[in-house]
Amino acid sequence: MRTSVGERLLDLAVSGVLWGFRILLVAAVLLGTIATIRAGKYTSEQWIDFVVFGISQGSIYALIALGYTMVYGILRMINFAHGDIFMTGAFGAYFLATWLNGIGFIDNHPILGLLIPILFAMIMAGGIAMLVERIAYRPLRGAPRLVPLISAIGASFFLEYAFRGFFGPGVYAYPPIKALEGEWNVLGVGILKVQVVVAVAAFIMMAILYFIVMFTKAGKAMRAVSESKDTAALMGIDVNRIIVSTFALGAAMAGAAGVLYSLIYRQVGFFMGFTPGIKAFTAAVLGGIGNIPGAMVGGLVLGVFESVGPSLFLEGLGIPRPYQLKDAIAFTMLVMILLFRPSGILGERITTKKA
Amino acid sequence: MNKRLFALLSVLVLASMVLAACGGAPAAPAAAYECTDPLGCVKVAPGEPVHIAYWGVLSGPDSSLGEDSKRGVEIAIDDKGGKVLGHDVLLTTEDGGCTPEGGATAAAKLASDTSLVGLIGSSCSDETVGGIAALTNAGLTTISPSNTRPVLTDPARGPDYDGYARTAHSDAFQGKAVAEFAYNFLKVTKAATLHDGSAYAQALQQVFADEFVKLGGTIVAQEAVAKDATDMKPVLTTIAAAGPEFFYYPVFVAVGGYVTAQIRDVAGLETVAIAGSDGIFTADLLKGGGANTEGMYLSSPDFSAFTGDYAGFIEKHKAKYGGSTLSTFHAHAYDAANILFAALEKVAVVQDDGTIYVPRTALREAIFATKDFKGITGTLSCSPSGDCGAPVIAVYEIQNSDPASWDPSSATAPNPKKIWP
Repeated sequence: MRTSVGERLLDLAVSGVLWGFRILLVAAVLLGTIATIRAGKYTSEQWIDFVVFGISQGSIYALIALGYTMVYGILRMINFAHGDIFMTGAFGAYFLATWLNGIGFIDNHPILGLLIPILFAMIMAGGIAMLVERIAYRPLRGAPRLVPLISAIGASFFLEYAFRGFFGPGVYAYPPIKALEGEWNVLGVGILKVQVVVAVAAFIMMAILYFIVMFTKAGKAMRAVSESKDTAALMGIDVNRIIVSTFALGAAMAGAAGVLYSLIYRQVGFFMGFTPGIKAFTAAVLGGIGNIPGAMVGGLVLGVFESVGPSLFLEGLGIPRPYQLKDAIAFTMLVMILLFRPSGILGERITTKKA
Repeated sequence: MNKRLFALLSVLVLASMVLAACGGAPAAPAAAYECTDPLGCVKVAPGEPVHIAYWGVLSGPDSSLGEDSKRGVEIAIDDKGGKVLGHDVLLTTEDGGCTPEGGATAAAKLASDTSLVGLIGSSCSDETVGGIAALTNAGLTTISPSNTRPVLTDPARGPDYDGYARTAHSDAFQGKAVAEFAYNFLKVTKAATLHDGSAYAQALQQVFADEFVKLGGTIVAQEAVAKDATDMKPVLTTIAAAGPEFFYYPVFVAVGGYVTAQIRDVAGLETVAIAGSDGIFTADLLKGGGANTEGMYLSSPDFSAFTGDYAGFIEKHKAKYGGSTLSTFHAHAYDAANILFAALEKVAVVQDDGTIYVPRTALREAIFATKDFKGITGTLSCSPSGDCGAPVIAVYEIQNSDPASWDPSSATAPNPKKIWP
């Protein structure tokens, strides 16, 4: 373990530079924030709006991120087709909701009109994910890690362009749900109903998932497989079945996220999964990939930073057109996390090194 | 083995010598055409088609813009009976995706095709910015029906643009028209703008802002988002904090749809007047923007100011494709194709056997020399820097948010409907 003086000096220099970087970044954020707040351009209601927008966007990121993190936890693999699974869910729900809207069902039963498409999207996304797993991933189970990754990228393109082939390159408008229009008054602040519903629905979904993973037999089996496939198999767990159900569960979350996303942004198209997929992957890494609560925290943190960041500190720093840099905020956060805390915000919980 | 190899080699050498001899001193009868054009000539043998290409956005959210122009070119070919100088016209397409990278890829592919005579395109100014150098250097000339970024036909645009002309208006006109509409017609004094980072939107909103200030108005906010952004509420909240009366976002369909769908949800923007431009003059905006599009203003070339037989064009369009036109530049594409055909007929050297040679420099010069050309968008003359359009801009108002009702050229229930000037 003896290192030469030169090496130690180099180490010191590197960590010094990194520390300087960290301090610089924090200082920039603080300076920008102070400048913005002193400028007093926004009312407190607008600040609350920024945070609420961020939470609803972040909860969607979180739902998608769960799929990335669960699959990674169990297979050590990044399922790059996950963003497109999200898209398939949104498409399924779009067609069902349009039909339901056509027969007047959504106007008469707004709650069922919301829940049925979500359920349908979950089933559809889960089914497609199971197919993808069976066709594109399972045959490559024993291959080097790069191989399923490439296969995942292929699956992603396949899904995108299959949907483009079926439904065309244009966008579809998700039918509006009248009951979700307008605002609710929460403690004197008007908050859009759809934002509240999306955030609440996402939290309920996450709670259900957390319950399944932590407190059911299947969840226990999932955790066991994630610890060690061989040992789990020796304990009588059908590893393949557990892997499939992990894929299906993660995909169901993504499918639900697809519906919630369509409720807010009202557009469905074949390429809609790409950006949210990448952002959710960022969120999963941010929170600590492989860690379920981490994915939730990462999604929320990312969503709120993206929403608040441009007006809070970029504007204060005098950067013109700060919203163009929204994605830069997300990916700067990713780089920072990878540099300074590779295990993610909640990443410490994975202590055992898995093979 | 060696012997056979030697025999083969000698046959090949002999053959190549014969071929070289033929190439060097053609033994063709009568006066064979000698190409002296500095950029070379395209030879079209008898029975071969005259190959032209359309490049533009044919996929993604803005595909209506490209598809609409492509139809204009197709109708122009039909009107020629499918033939130029006795040769069939072959139209191929290349997708530029409305991005500089996509434009560069499409242009590189087209530039390597030596059978190409001329091009129509691109759709988006970004595609031209990315691809024009490759086309110009390959000796090709393209006429864009829908690029509107002002600098593309600026006299100081640089030699890369030598092969570029357009029949669309420059946004120097469009931005000014919208500013006059807002200040003089709507009587607003505080305006905000948003662009999506595209060459088109960035320049157009700036022209608008400059003109609006010149008229006496104030620009309270100029913001921008990324082209793939979906969550517009934060940026709209920032704009709301500036308190505009008029909000102008001359963007493309993706961003335009998201902004329109979300704008009324943002406190402070519930009733602000909203306007876009020709980039979102399509039924796809209604699909993306939903009910909020009702009452929205869109600037576009003024269809009622076209001096040519626009009604006849619409008839042909209905007969060929059914339904309404998809976007705003079909007539400009029709004119662009006809300018290309006219120039082609002027410069092509026709041999007795029907072979034609198209000298590339001469073709380019003939296009730029177009003068008093009777098109359907007006009487067109090209400037030395390639501006051939006859711009008259109007502002339309969306009457109905149902995409099926989109028909700007309808006589009875136009949607959107022209309201200014």
